[in-house]
Formats: sequence, C-alpha cells, structure tokens
Amino acid sequence: MMLLTIDIGLVIEKLILIVVVISASLVIAMYTTFAERKVAAILQDRRGPNRAGPFGLLQPLADGLKLFFKEEIIPNFSSKFLFILGPALAMMTAMMTSAVIPWGNKIELFGRNINLQIADINIGILYVFGVVSLGVYGIMIGSWASNNKFSLLGGLRAASQIISYELAMGISMIALLMVTGTLSLKEMVVQQQAGHWNVIYQPLGFLIFLICAFAECNRTPFDLPEAENELIGGYHTEYSSMKLGFFLFAEYINMFISSVIMATLFFGGYDMPFVNESLLSPNIAALVGIAALMAKAICFIFLFMWVRWTIPRFRYDQLMHLGWRILIPLALFNMLVTGGVILYFK
Amino acid sequence: MNALTNKVKQVNRKPLTFMERLYLPAIFKGMMITFSHIFKKKPTINYPEKQRPFSPVFRGLQILNRDEEGRENCTACGLCAVACPAEAITMEAAERMPGEEHLYKEEKYAAKYEINMLRCIFCGLCEEACPKDAIYLSETFTPADYQRKQFIYSKNDLLIPHPTENPEAYSKALGNRPKRETIN
Repeated sequence: MMLLTIDIGLVIEKLILIVVVISASLVIAMYTTFAERKVAAILQDRRGPNRAGPFGLLQPLADGLKLFFKEEIIPNFSSKFLFILGPALAMMTAMMTSAVIPWGNKIELFGRNINLQIADINIGILYVFGVVSLGVYGIMIGSWASNNKFSLLGGLRAASQIISYELAMGISMIALLMVTGTLSLKEMVVQQQAGHWNVIYQPLGFLIFLICAFAECNRTPFDLPEAENELIGGYHTEYSSMKLGFFLFAEYINMFISSVIMATLFFGGYDMPFVNESLLSPNIAALVGIAALMAKAICFIFLFMWVRWTIPRFRYDQLMHLGWRILIPLALFNMLVTGGVILYFK
Repeated sequence: MNALTNKVKQVNRKPLTFMERLYLPAIFKGMMITFSHIFKKKPTINYPEKQRPFSPVFRGLQILNRDEEGRENCTACGLCAVACPAEAITMEAAERMPGEEHLYKEEKYAAKYEINMLRCIFCGLCEEACPKDAIYLSETFTPADYQRKQFIYSKNDLLIPHPTENPEAYSKALGNRPKRETIN
C-alpha cells in the first residue's frame, strides 16, 4: 500500500511552481508586446508608447483591456466549437512547453528541496517538439472553423511553413543530441555548467535552430502567415476581440519560450558564466541562475525584435526554398560532420 | 553611342558571389545600421508637455483689440471684411449711445462681429487693412471642436480680455511679439 502514498507536499509544490511559471510567462509575454513597440520605435527614431503610466508601462494593460471590450464576432457560418477551440489550443500549447524547462537549480524552502523545473522528464526536448507541433492545430482549426477562404489559405500557409521548418529544426537538434547524449534539458544544462556551452560545439546547428525558431514563431522575415501590411490578416481574419488577442498573445509566449529553449540548449540555461555556483548557498545560486536565464532570454527576445525591424519578409517561394533546399541539407550536413567528428575522437 | 541626357546608369547584373548568396553578412550589416539608430537623437517632441515655438511672424487666431482703458477699438468700418479674400468676416455697426463711452472708443462700434474660422485662411490681410489697430492675429491657433457652427467666432470669443479688470489674461493675449508700427 505504500506504493500508492502520494506526497501531498510535492503536489502543492508543483502546483505552486506551475502557477508561478505560467503567470510569469504571461506577464513577460505581456511586456514583450510593449517592448516590441518600444524597440520598434527606438530603432526607427521614434518614441513609442509613453502615455499610459510612467514611461508607458501600463500600455499592455490598456491594450488587453481594449481587446476585452471589443465586440466579439463569431461568424454565422463558422463551426462555433472549433472556432473557440482554435485560439484556446494555440494559447494552451504555447504555455505547455514551459513545463520541461529548468528555470534554475534547486532552492531550499521550509526544509524542502524544491526543483525549479515542473517536470524533469528524460525526453524533455522531444516533449517540446511534440507540443510545438501541436501548436499548428490551433492555427489550422481556427482557420478552418472560420469558414472563410482567406482564413483557410492563411492557415495553410502558416501550417506548411511551420511543418517545413520543423524538419530542419529537428535535424539540427539531432546533431546537438549526439554531442550531449541526452534528451533531458536538465542534464544538458548540468553538462554545460561543467563544460562549455553547446554553441561552441554546434555553431551551425545553433544558426539553423535560430532561423527555424524565427519561422516557428511566425516572426519576420518569416511572418507570412500574418503579413499584416500585405494581406488581410491570414488565419485570424475572422477573429475579433480577445480571441484574436489569444492568437497574437500565443505568438509572444512562443517567442519567450523559444528564447528560453535556445538559451537552455545552446547557451548554458541557468548557468551564469564565470561564476562557480557550487560556492554560493543554494538559494542564492538558484536566484543567480534564474537571473542568468532571464537575461539570456531577454537578449534573444531583443534579437527577435531587432531582426523584425531590420529585414523585410521573404516571398513565399523563397521561404520554401530556404526551408527545404538550404536548411534541411545544411542540417543534414551538420549532423553528418558532427557524427564523423564524434566517431573520430572516440 | 551616347544617350541623350548622359544620365544613363549601367545596372550591375553580375551573378551574386558566394558571400552575397550567404545572405547573412548583408543581414548583419543591416542589423548594425538599425542598431546604430538606437543612439540617434529623436526628432519627435512630447507634444502637449513641450511645444515648438512659433516664428515671430506666425499668424494665428484673430483677436479684437482694446485700448489702455479697455475700450473697443473697432469702429465697424468694414475694411477688414472687404480685404478678406475668404469672405470670412461679417459685422453689423451700431451707434454709441451716451453713457457707453467707457465701452467703445469712437462713436460707431461693431454690434456684431463674426469670423468664420472654417473659411478664414489666416492670411493677415484684415490686420493690414484695419485703420484703427482693432484686429490682430495672435500666436494661438483655432482649437478643434465638434460642430461646424462652433467655428463661427462671435465678438465674445474674439475680444481681448479687459486690460484693467483682467490684466494677466490681457498681457498673455497680447503675446510677446514685437508690436507693429502703426501708421497714423
């Protein structure tokens, strides 16, 4: 009977961790929208939003409030259930990925050792890929349920883009897995803490992963699914009010999560460079780790925005050409070379 | 053969080199350019808090002038209305009654004086036409409004504040422009 005993403390601990992680990523995504506008403005010699609150810091709240007060339109010919399911799925899959990310090392609270990772599963990176692939369903279901040809075409565009770039991303991952020999994100971070960051071993792999992450998050130069200044809007043409907000917000959460994942996979996760964490007390080390991870993630988010306001978007055939005929062969080549080098030094 | 204007530019149609086809160096160069814009001075000013100064010859909203004792200068001669190219000014004259000497400077005054601010082109010809120093273009501009009829400014809207009863508002309405030499 002892097998069935559940440690209530563990359940509470995980629940609190889930609430903290989800709300933190929501708040960060919220302020990413603000940062996006501010960075865009600064890069274009403008001032950006500065009216709501000090320095415009309440702007995301005002934006959210506006979306809530907008009229909610569900088209008559749409299938209502799927129409609502679409943005819900997009939002859910965007947030589910955060479950396997190691946010920091253990902290000690009330005499318990709390692991700052919701689930340390040994196939962490596979889980991430699986959930990210599920994100396509939100877009596809939403666009199909709108019963609008433009939406459906936009959905197809988004889906084919995400699927094409997932392949190259997966293959570039395989090379990294051959180097690290593990699928668990936690172990990867531990390895990088002890040795060097993975980006040193896998620079090409990182580049491919970065490009694919841009495409997966529908960011410029790959923002064809939306292409707001050329097309009518893509897969969310029929959406209004907070359901549209969910689609857009899910993109920002995706951006944050993929930044964190890139930091974890290639830049040592919560490893603070030039600091030996084992010399610090565990709680302080964990805080330093969280700060390091957040700093890395913010750098990546800035990179996302920086690129967005620098380069124009691809034409659709260029996008497919880059995905299928450049990135996939390049990723395969990278995998081959990595395998060869590993075999040689064995 | 020479082209007619000699302005022909030869377009470079060489195939891209490997470095150019890599595309990444060009992207990096572009990113450096956008990054340098972070440190540039922004031309925008925070408008309601900060305002750009008008030039000394700015022609804004009209004001009807009073003399030092607060009497209206306007005699309703109609020269401004004649001078107005946009036909924005209308007025009705009236005779000053005994006991109204503290209100109006001369025997005749404008009982009604209206400027349609939607017609007015702020050319300043009324100011030039006025023989009595009665109308000036000030340094403010017409505020926005919700209705068209609100833009027909009556005498109450146009008159400068009273110099003895409300000296602060009077000096503010005078503005800080150098006073034009009046021809007598």
